Amino acid sequence: MLDAGYWILDTRYWMLDSGKSIGPLNAELLSWLEEVKDPEIPVLSLVDMGVITQAEVDGSVARVEMTPTFVGCPALEIMKQEVEQVITRHGFTPEVTVSFREPWSSDKMTEKGKAALKKFGLAPPPASAQVFHDLEILESATCPRCNGTNTELKNPFGPTLCRAIYYCHTCHEAFEQFKPV
Amino acid sequence: MSNLALKEILYKMADDLLVFGHRNSEWTGFGPLLEEDIAFSSMAQDKIGQSQALYQLLHQLGEQEPDTVAFTRNANQFHNCTLVELPNREYDFSLVRHFLFDTADALRWQMLMQSSYTPLAQLAAKVRGELRYHTLHANTWIKQLGSATEESIGRLQQSLNELAPYALGMFERSPYEDQLIADQIYEGEKALEARWQQAIEKTLAQTQLTSPDWKIQTPHLGGRVGEHTEHLQPLLDEMSEVFRIDPGAEW
Repeated sequence: MLDAGYWILDTRYWMLDSGKSIGPLNAELLSWLEEVKDPEIPVLSLVDMGVITQAEVDGSVARVEMTPTFVGCPALEIMKQEVEQVITRHGFTPEVTVSFREPWSSDKMTEKGKAALKKFGLAPPPASAQVFHDLEILESATCPRCNGTNTELKNPFGPTLCRAIYYCHTCHEAFEQFKPV
Repeated sequence: MSNLALKEILYKMADDLLVFGHRNSEWTGFGPLLEEDIAFSSMAQDKIGQSQALYQLLHQLGEQEPDTVAFTRNANQFHNCTLVELPNREYDFSLVRHFLFDTADALRWQMLMQSSYTPLAQLAAKVRGELRYHTLHANTWIKQLGSATEESIGRLQQSLNELAPYALGMFERSPYEDQLIADQIYEGEKALEARWQQAIEKTLAQTQLTSPDWKIQTPHLGGRVGEHTEHLQPLLDEMSEVFRIDPGAEW
């Protein structure tokens, strides 16, 4: 059963098929959501983290679906509230849900997000999380400060669920890497 | 499909993860090495988060709010296996328990990826990636310490022997077992237990530890039907202490 198509602002239209398929993310709504940053990594927006899995405008309602990075991430609730506030500020009624429909993987982080992480001093996650079979993928990390590869994994667990701890033998300092998952 | 069967499996998983997460969090500040302190703290947080996601699924099926369910039930209303409620004791005990539980947990979530109950299958797809770090940690330490010194091997062996009956309690059969299998929620405890024994033995074969003879163990049952050891209620009392001061508070 197909529902009727919708025109979104003046740029997109999509078909809703009994709720099973989600249309393309609404570009303007996404641009508003760029304002919402990870509370612990203020240079990283939710959009760049890849946690927005649905963004659509339906009349006066702006519908956003978010997927958690890690199931136990405590920042999710705060980010959800901020998304609601941003939508309200732009004059729409927010409908924000959290879902595992499209589970998050570190592969969903955008190149822009990875660059922002590095500039902030955090090593971005390696290219593909799917290749993670053994500890080896974790053992090579590039230092975000000096780009050196003379680094050592100190702990696959870190101060937050998403980070592992490394040491750079060139800088003689520790750094953290966003874990591939 | 009866919701009772589905709720039962969700409750037992959520309760396992909440209680175990709390126990593991007791290592925070007391780990033998900083890295291990952080490891157990991080894994505990993962598990508690996963329990919350499961309580959320239960809430969607008509159960109360996750916080209410987590913090206001008493021991005889919990469905966790007794393995996870035992106090921590020394690090060898916790490492062996972590190995026994997480091996089963990973296999359980893997099974659930094929579940006919979509929200559970979706959650399983997410949890699987996170759990790889847990099993990696457990296997690394069991292999390392299980082949290191007389003391490390001796301690691990003793913990393994002692925990074996409790571990088997993870697979205590549900009254809804046949229904859950018929409805393709998952393949059932018997299949899970068989897979688990294989996985445990595979890792132990790489050490100087001896695998327990599972056939002669008497499983420590009762957890799944609310029959717990004297250790669960004090854990729940402590865990819910702050919440119970003002259950209606906005956090």
